[in-house]
Amino acid sequence: MPQRIDVAKTWKLYIGGRFVRSESGQSFPVHHRRHGTTVHLCRASRKDLRDSVEAAKAARSGWSAASGYLRGQILYRMAEMLECRRTEMAEALAAAGSQPPKQRLDEVDATIDRLVSFAGWSDKIEQILGGQNAVPGPYYNITVPEPTGVVGVLPPDKPALLAGVSMLAAPLCVGNTVILIAPEAHPLPTALLGEILATSDVPSGVVNILTGRRADLIGHLADHREVNAISAVNLDEENLTDLRKRAAESIKRIHHERVTTPAWMKHEERCSPWCVEPFLEMKTLWHPSAC
Amino acid sequence: MVAHPVDAIMLEQRAASFTRRSIKEGAKKQGLRLALSMVDLTTLEGSDSPEKVRSLCRKAIRPWEGALDNPLPSVAAVCVYPNLVPIAKQVLEGTGVRVASVATGFPSGQYPLGVRLRDAAEAVAAGADEIDMVINRGAFLAGRDEEVAEEIREVRSTVHPAHLKIILETGELGNYDAIRRASDLAIEAAASTGPIRDGEIFIKTSTGKIAPAATMPAVLVMLEAIRDHWFATGVRIGMKPAGGIRKAKAALHQLAMVKETLGDDWLTPKLFRFGASTLTNDLLRQLIRMERHRYMAAHDFSEA
Amino acid sequence: MTDRTPDSTTKVPVNVATSASWEYAPAPERTPVEIEDRYGLFIDGEFQSPRSRRWFDTANPATGQPLARVAAANEKDVDDAVASARKALPGWSRLRGQERAKYLFRIARRIQERARELSVLETMDGGKPIKESRDIDIPLAARHFFYHAGWADKLQWAFAGASPRPVGVCGQIIPWNFPLLMAAWKLAPALACGNTCVLKPAETTPLTALRLAEILQEVDLPPGVVNIVTGAGRTGQHLAAHQGIDKLAFTGSTEVGRKIAEAAAKGDRRLTLELGGKSPHIIFADAALDQAVEGIVNGIWFNQGHVCCAGSRLFVEESIQEEVVRRLEHRMRSLRVGDPLDKNTDVGAINNPDQLDKITAYVETGQSEGAMLHEVNSQDLPTKGLWFRPCFLTGVQPSHVIARDEIFGPVLAVMTFRTPEEALKRANNTPYGLAAGVWTDKGARIFEMARRLEAGVIWCNTYNQFDAASPFGGIKESGFGREGGRHGLRAYVRL
Repeated sequence: MPQRIDVAKTWKLYIGGRFVRSESGQSFPVHHRRHGTTVHLCRASRKDLRDSVEAAKAARSGWSAASGYLRGQILYRMAEMLECRRTEMAEALAAAGSQPPKQRLDEVDATIDRLVSFAGWSDKIEQILGGQNAVPGPYYNITVPEPTGVVGVLPPDKPALLAGVSMLAAPLCVGNTVILIAPEAHPLPTALLGEILATSDVPSGVVNILTGRRADLIGHLADHREVNAISAVNLDEENLTDLRKRAAESIKRIHHERVTTPAWMKHEERCSPWCVEPFLEMKTLWHPSAC
Repeated sequence: MVAHPVDAIMLEQRAASFTRRSIKEGAKKQGLRLALSMVDLTTLEGSDSPEKVRSLCRKAIRPWEGALDNPLPSVAAVCVYPNLVPIAKQVLEGTGVRVASVATGFPSGQYPLGVRLRDAAEAVAAGADEIDMVINRGAFLAGRDEEVAEEIREVRSTVHPAHLKIILETGELGNYDAIRRASDLAIEAAASTGPIRDGEIFIKTSTGKIAPAATMPAVLVMLEAIRDHWFATGVRIGMKPAGGIRKAKAALHQLAMVKETLGDDWLTPKLFRFGASTLTNDLLRQLIRMERHRYMAAHDFSEA
Repeated sequence: MTDRTPDSTTKVPVNVATSASWEYAPAPERTPVEIEDRYGLFIDGEFQSPRSRRWFDTANPATGQPLARVAAANEKDVDDAVASARKALPGWSRLRGQERAKYLFRIARRIQERARELSVLETMDGGKPIKESRDIDIPLAARHFFYHAGWADKLQWAFAGASPRPVGVCGQIIPWNFPLLMAAWKLAPALACGNTCVLKPAETTPLTALRLAEILQEVDLPPGVVNIVTGAGRTGQHLAAHQGIDKLAFTGSTEVGRKIAEAAAKGDRRLTLELGGKSPHIIFADAALDQAVEGIVNGIWFNQGHVCCAGSRLFVEESIQEEVVRRLEHRMRSLRVGDPLDKNTDVGAINNPDQLDKITAYVETGQSEGAMLHEVNSQDLPTKGLWFRPCFLTGVQPSHVIARDEIFGPVLAVMTFRTPEEALKRANNTPYGLAAGVWTDKGARIFEMARRLEAGVIWCNTYNQFDAASPFGGIKESGFGREGGRHGLRAYVRL
């Protein structure tokens, strides 16, 4: 018998700025390979998904109307908070057990740097992707990017933290609100991320994190009419076709890419404006010009 | 007075749409005759002589000497300086062609009010049926609207029952908002002097001494002011574009604009006039071409 | 030469009394247009008989008269067209941008040079007024080719830090409301970016696209770069689901868009959708009212209301409702409904019988729900053909069917609001998000409304303006992707 029994918690869902247990009362176990222990996480249900969509929807107008300057500072604050809990996050990554310690720290560091980089996009993307259009006539014609709205994010299992945060930060920095569904096989880093976000001045509902079985959630995510876009990588053919079919009903934007695990480390490529662009809608304004 | 802001671009697009109306065949013939009947045949030169005015009056009564199965109408009026009113009256008396005179310190209006009122009163006394007055643009542009309105009221009282055409000189007003404001101001001031009958009061674009003058958009703004007064009171104010309308085609475009903005009711010399001189011969040229099926030469038509 | 006769000099003519109305005489556009009896499919640079051996009629909606027999492409025909585009892809995509541009410039020029003929054909096949096809559809189609021609050798500058490559073979399905213009919207950016295309025009309006095929032959566009397959919905479904295409672009109703998106779900295919709308048009009390009324007219009665971005929901500030309604009624009286080939016609024929039934049913529903119909009956409609009088309905509640569904006809639902917040709430209360209009004389309000209106295109103190340089497209269930401008190129490149 050990001298002291660890106080083990069941990791909660992060919905609307609060940590909640699943409405279903269910949890699921994950084996922490390095510690050799079993970690329990709440298993989000359809209703938890619904609640997080509601929360994301409610947070949408405030977050999109916030200045890019403010959003940038909040993303930078996320980086600061992750830096503080760098080793703790590396431990969480160790739950998957396959990476050597140096690589785990490298992933955390790359993730921190990624957040810092996306923080900078928040007040610059308009100048890169927007512009004035030369129409023949007495009109001012300008195109400005605006956030798509509520985005569901389905990151891959590997790299569990870096991919998830890259996929989260891209829509987030330009004013979308997000439902991040943790990688099923390796959810612990994402669950910990929720705790970090909760202390990063991210307004309630702007980021929501669900852990659980993808199969319980993905279809409802595709069906939900308040979800405006879904970002996913490396889905198998069948899942992707199904996702697209179900998304057709609400004309949801499906952004799907095939990305290899090492490719996530390519910093410039993974935070280019073209990573952000899929979560923007171009709004074009016409106004006459005359005295 | 309620403000009626005007959006220049959409206004100009709408005005241009009338220039794309295709007026053909019978509609063209009828339109040309109608336009001819609406002309205020005008001469406003320092060199105007009694003989020139007499010649103008003859042209007004009988715009063309040739024979047509369906005789041409005379024009609506002859418009001259006050000094020449008696001459015009002599020739036009009993013909149905009216005598109009520019008074009130035409064209600048830069005279003391007393002088301007006497100018108008004498023109009426000499036989003018209609007085074309200029508003005090100096006061208007300085924002002294009440001063402008009061002067209009005094002129109206002075010349009544002669008809009054109020010249805004749109080319000096700066923008369409001002043209609209001046139109409303003129109509309301004239209407506040007592009940007015249809066509007793006109608003008029220009003196003819300033360009731009009767552009399509400027006229459209004024027509809209007239329409709103009609909506509000049921009284029909008349409209007179003057200056710059030289071609028959331009006149037809104006008529299309009147028809579609105010309705067919306004398609009468009682409510719509063209202040013009060279327009008459182009109308005739087109009319005779249609009657005779051949193109006419400029020298086929007498100078006024 | 002036002849004088004694009797006419003595008579004094009197002013003509003109209380009689002045009506415009018929002014038909008379440019003759040759139409073949039959049009095959345009595949591999040639017109070909369909493997389906099936043909259908395309008719003039203003007269009911059939204009031509057109091939109905089946699955095998679509296969052929896709194969032809695939075969042409390497050559076309490797051609230097500078050279691709020359083809596009030539297409633009030929459209300009044949504009009169194309306008007449567009009006005959689709029912839209000749003044619209002449002044808008055809010039804008030329403008699209001209604009995009200029991009062909500048693509490397269009996308920050990325190297654009063509997507591949593009399937493009277009609607019947702007037939040639939509073909230009689809083809011009695709070709500029080095893609090859299979275009499917709408079954009621295939003729101008087929005439465009002749122009492509005239300019010696390499065979297979553009293929045109005519047919109805099934042809479109075949194209949407075809595994040989890399990119699908669809313009049409949201209802069909859903089916298309489902059909295109399988395989790694890029998709853009330009779908329906129920666009709000907001008039504040301080607006330039007469121009706002023109905006309303242009917004709902342009092209018989067969416009995806039609301003079909009018929101008027309560204090000016009566004033706006009165002006609108007055203005409606001057609209000339009738022969689309007449140069003075403002509102032409309804494009097809199904659409006429649909519009009629909506107006009946609107009235049965308690809305009041405003229309002008002064003018007789032609006895033959498909017609619907422009109209608007007042007393409409936001919950009414006519305030929610896309009618795609000359029917306007008029509602009111009291505050900007209420206007925004009502305007945004729709699954659609294609366009919106707002009229106010207050600058700061314009920008705030534009920011908060949920739509891809916001017309401020104007409505229904379009240009090749200006991105067009929707948000929400009005679709995704843009057409026009630098943003429109995005759908046709890989980065």
